[in-house]
Amino acid sequence: MTVTVRHERVIVNSPSLPSGWRAGRRTGWRGVSRRELLRGALAGLGPLALSSCAFPVGGAPPTSTAGAPRLDEDGPLEIWIFDGGLGDDYARTIHEPLVAARFPRLRISHNATKEISRTLQPRFVGGDPPEVVDDSGAGAMDLGALVQDGQLTDLTPLYDAPSWDDPSVTVRETVDPMAIELGGYGGRPYVMNYTNTVWGIWYSRPLFEARGWRPPRTWARFLDLCEEIRRSGMAPFTYAGTHPQYIYEPILTLAAKIGGRRVLTDIDNLAEGAWQAEPVRRAAAAFAEIGARHLLEGTAGLDHVQTQIAQNRGLVAMLPCGSWLENEQRGSAPDGFGYAMFPLPDFGPSDAMPYGTLHAQPGEEYIVPARSANPGAGLEYLRAMLSRRAAGRFTEAVSTLTVVRGAADGLRLEPGLESARAALAAAGGNVVTFMFRRWYSELHDEVAAASGQLMSGAISADRWAERAQRKADALRADPSVRKFTR
Amino acid sequence: MNQHRRRFVAGFLAVPVTLYTVYVLSPCAQALVIALTDWRGVNAVPRFVGADNFRRLLGDEVFLRAAGHNLLLLALVPPLTIGLALLFAWLLTGDGAAGRTGGGAVRGAGFYRVVFFFPQVLAVVLVAVLFRQILRPDRSGMLNGPLTALGFEPVGPLAETRLALWAVLFVLVWQAVGFYVVLFSAAIVSIPRELFEAAAIDGARGGRLFLRITLPLLRDTVQAGWVYLGVAALDVFAVVWVMTAEQGGPDHSTTVMAAEVYRNAFHYSRFGYACAMGVVLFALTTGFAVLVLRLTRRERIEFR
Repeated sequence: MTVTVRHERVIVNSPSLPSGWRAGRRTGWRGVSRRELLRGALAGLGPLALSSCAFPVGGAPPTSTAGAPRLDEDGPLEIWIFDGGLGDDYARTIHEPLVAARFPRLRISHNATKEISRTLQPRFVGGDPPEVVDDSGAGAMDLGALVQDGQLTDLTPLYDAPSWDDPSVTVRETVDPMAIELGGYGGRPYVMNYTNTVWGIWYSRPLFEARGWRPPRTWARFLDLCEEIRRSGMAPFTYAGTHPQYIYEPILTLAAKIGGRRVLTDIDNLAEGAWQAEPVRRAAAAFAEIGARHLLEGTAGLDHVQTQIAQNRGLVAMLPCGSWLENEQRGSAPDGFGYAMFPLPDFGPSDAMPYGTLHAQPGEEYIVPARSANPGAGLEYLRAMLSRRAAGRFTEAVSTLTVVRGAADGLRLEPGLESARAALAAAGGNVVTFMFRRWYSELHDEVAAASGQLMSGAISADRWAERAQRKADALRADPSVRKFTR
Repeated sequence: MNQHRRRFVAGFLAVPVTLYTVYVLSPCAQALVIALTDWRGVNAVPRFVGADNFRRLLGDEVFLRAAGHNLLLLALVPPLTIGLALLFAWLLTGDGAAGRTGGGAVRGAGFYRVVFFFPQVLAVVLVAVLFRQILRPDRSGMLNGPLTALGFEPVGPLAETRLALWAVLFVLVWQAVGFYVVLFSAAIVSIPRELFEAAAIDGARGGRLFLRITLPLLRDTVQAGWVYLGVAALDVFAVVWVMTAEQGGPDHSTTVMAAEVYRNAFHYSRFGYACAMGVVLFALTTGFAVLVLRLTRRERIEFR
């Protein structure tokens, strides 16, 4: 045997562990991991490389043009639908035929993707975007950034136009005003929200009836109900613990109910001390108490799927969620589960908003890119979508309410959706919402993280408010963050 | 090198070098440039902001925590993985002689090698999803099922800010160990048997044999493994992103630099800032690799 000694360096290749997986972006309030698409492993510096490939090659943003874009009836109408929870069939079977019938010479092309941003961002950068984009789902594009760059068509002409069904009323008069307001950036509507999501506390109506439990109208009764449910051996309350935005939603809705809409507009406008306002802290403290006493065991580590299934299996009675819940649990909920929702109970006699106040959020954002070949056709397409008939058929097809007022009245809906529709109708004008989640994702992340800690008892309501306020203050002071107000 | 040969080599290198330049070097260079802008991903004319992004990094609590977590993983993942892998490899191969004949120091060594290697075959994301289920904090998790059946309270490491990072560490080590068991086993087997015999004649046994003969002769392999694992610990992403609550939580308690790069680029549309993070990560990773290779460079032993 010989042992030779020589100089040599060890050559190491790059690591074999794929470390830059492209995961889905959290969007809407819908399930997160449900929409998460783990695809395309990138190298360690994946995001870096990806972004650099799309580095812009020049071209200044167009200056805003006066007047509505003209419709070229022989032009193209390229439509991109986010193929997520709602699928993309509704566009092909409901909306596109409607437009095609009225404008037969339009060259309509239907497209669907699960990755809006990855598919279309290069088109925007290249100055050749499609006419209509449903900018939703995992990997939606940042609308604020698009507005900032003059990439979107002002939708004012759409809302001022006569409605599709009845020329004597304008589109504006048929649509939930909040939907128009929320699609606004700097006072002008650039984004059309199509769906309407209603939040509440969800339960199984047959179960409640069998046990003699009734949806509580006051906070004190809510706490009593929780006690009673717990004594029956069932956990009273849970939420999607690993996605704590599911719990800051009722906290903020309760805060608005206690202190009025102003509470939420202040938060959205990054007003000083908005998070530390008394109504916000009281709402947080109220839910912290639920967190300390009435949560399903292990809630903090369970996601929305796990908690929702726990409810279907009868382990827990109530959870806060949006009106997509019933549709999402189709197949998981046993037959006759009978979803229903109730609005947040009255907190006290001095509440600023009455019983029945709801958090409803218009969503599924449609845009008409300004640099597309035929933006006028894009506006016509949106106008067709907002017709009563199209909206009603949409609700029937995908079990989702729309922003078109009364379009779902008289339809045969599933019990949960019908319960949400009835709650929305009963709320009338007492509907609140907040926008910071969309405007300032960093604030959203911080509030979500703090809310998880609040519910597990790690921090107090005051500390929770302080953390949210600190983040809001930092954003307000940061000149690189585009500010929005409402 | 004569002219002819030079042309020959250049001919072979042209294609790979071009690909490498276009798809690796140029994006890296572009990232460096983007890191100096406030590019938000869509605007056509990013503003040049100089070193602002890097200054901001120094005050970014979450990023600093993420970097801290990476450094902790860097300090713990390689030694734990390599230590465990060496132990298992030694148990499986004994003094090297046994391993060569197909058997092992323990009965069924071949079977164990396959079992140890198995996690390496699974996609990282799969491992993460698996452990999210195993560690779920209610009574139906694979960890809590038996625990609660025995009368213990259920535990939820992923729901606890103080424990979550240790769960991540555990999963990373669990996933990596198998590969290094196989690697070290192969390396042990290639050590000439005569060395063991000579040492044995001199009276060395068991642990002493391992420390004095096996380990020194595995030095090169261990070093390569250390660099691999260190780099992996610096740019860990999938396990954190998929397994933990809030993608790096709860409450940022498990976030790592790669997760923050992703979050800032694709959630916050701060591409410029994310690129600055990427540049820091790149510098740390390359710096680490160079440092380890420099520090541990020495004469190599080759058997004939």
